[in-house]
Amino acid sequence: MHWVNVIAFFVLLMSGLQIFNAHPALNWGKSSYTDRPPLVEMVGAQAPDGKVFGVTRVFGREFNTTGVLGASRDEDGAMAARGFPAWATVPGSRWLAMGRRWHLFFAWLFVINGVSYVLYSIFSRHLARDLAPTKTDWRSIGRSIIDHLLLRHPSGEAEKRYNILQKLTYLIVIFGLLPLAVITGLSMSPWLDSAITGWVDLLGGRQSARTIHFVAAFLLVAFLLIHVFEVIVSGFWNNLRSMITGRYRVRPTETPHDNE
Amino acid sequence: MTTNDSGRRNFLMQALAAGSAVLLAGCDRLSRTEWFPQMLASAEKLSQGAQRLVTARKSMAQEFTEADLSPTFRSNGTANPDSPTYQALATKGFAAYRLAVSGLVENPRSFSLAELRALPGRTQITRHDCVEGWSAIGKWKGAQLSALLDAVQPKPEARYVVFHCADPMDEIGTKYYESIDMDDARHPQTLLAYELNDQRLPIANGAPIRLRVERQLGYKMAKYVMAIEFVSRFDHIAGGKGGYWEDRGYEWYAGI
Repeated sequence: MHWVNVIAFFVLLMSGLQIFNAHPALNWGKSSYTDRPPLVEMVGAQAPDGKVFGVTRVFGREFNTTGVLGASRDEDGAMAARGFPAWATVPGSRWLAMGRRWHLFFAWLFVINGVSYVLYSIFSRHLARDLAPTKTDWRSIGRSIIDHLLLRHPSGEAEKRYNILQKLTYLIVIFGLLPLAVITGLSMSPWLDSAITGWVDLLGGRQSARTIHFVAAFLLVAFLLIHVFEVIVSGFWNNLRSMITGRYRVRPTETPHDNE
Repeated sequence: MTTNDSGRRNFLMQALAAGSAVLLAGCDRLSRTEWFPQMLASAEKLSQGAQRLVTARKSMAQEFTEADLSPTFRSNGTANPDSPTYQALATKGFAAYRLAVSGLVENPRSFSLAELRALPGRTQITRHDCVEGWSAIGKWKGAQLSALLDAVQPKPEARYVVFHCADPMDEIGTKYYESIDMDDARHPQTLLAYELNDQRLPIANGAPIRLRVERQLGYKMAKYVMAIEFVSRFDHIAGGKGGYWEDRGYEWYAGI
């Protein structure tokens, strides 16, 4: 389940960036064409000397992002206008139709996998036993924050359990960010918008929903970076083995000062 | 931290970079096979089935107020069809325009603009969602396609309505076309629009007639409609996928 999730997440992210590149701007409201400028916009422009450069405008401030955002090198090595660079999109070349096929197929896989996981977690009591914070957890929140900042990891039996920050993060991701990404994704479908007329306005309108979809995706990327970082610093091979086989080797308890 | 650890980390980073490059190349290679995009396309039927399951057959697209109108309605794709016949019609204000209706109908005939305006019509302020991701809100007025159906009487075997357009899409003159099913054809918001924002439909937006199918994406809403054909299948027309963009890999079901 976790590894289906990993593949589907990367495909969704990168095919999503391909789709974004067809209109590399984010707006707030019901439509893209209002009196207000976009919140975020990536444009490729040509300097008087013919050189192509990339500009990213965020809340009215302009940044030169040539090479990465707005303009980057295509397969032939020429600088061309495009939102996100070829190495971040699926497929690599500009191909909206194919990007949509990847995205809309893997979206089904991702949702089916995710719903199965939640159902499994409820019925196996994984959710209640391992993820629901206990009273002791809540009391340990201060110490857990300090431990995380100092990259101090539990040893002994505590290693086998999720700590409070882990629990909260997982719960926010599973029941907050992921459903938000799915709902805002569905809200961009004009057919589904007609199911209950006007429901998209609850998200601020279709273009707001598109913006939220994008923000949710990047919050998930932020989660992924921290998640992978924590996996690496808390013992990469041990964690990886346990993620694949379920076996986890517990380190003998040490005093915190001896840590590494 | 020991040197052993950082060496291991470097190795990991390099392995990750190499791995992702291989994966990307793999994705691109898969995109160019025949079977993989076809497998991906199986999701289209799933999406269509699921979306129809949770929406009413005649569910209405959201309608907006004048305050929501986009200052200018963006023109996408063809802005002025590069064809002598179209240009000849346009210079005379489309006075000689006739919309030809043929195929599986009891009464094949053609309609002048005045005859289309005389059909039961509808005015609606709706949001146009482009497959590229942008939306624009415009006020449309047009003849209800259902009224045209009543006039020409489709035969029971008619399953799709095909719209043939005036705009050539390339040098060899491939014309734009689109198709919808009978449910969409009978939908009250499906219009043959002749007005945008209380003005005669501009050439940039599809004059003299453009289709509005409000529960689908913009590419379904053919501009410069010249002829309508009722068919039981469309695999013999052009690329066989039911539309200009469909022949180029986009989904026939554009509700998503």
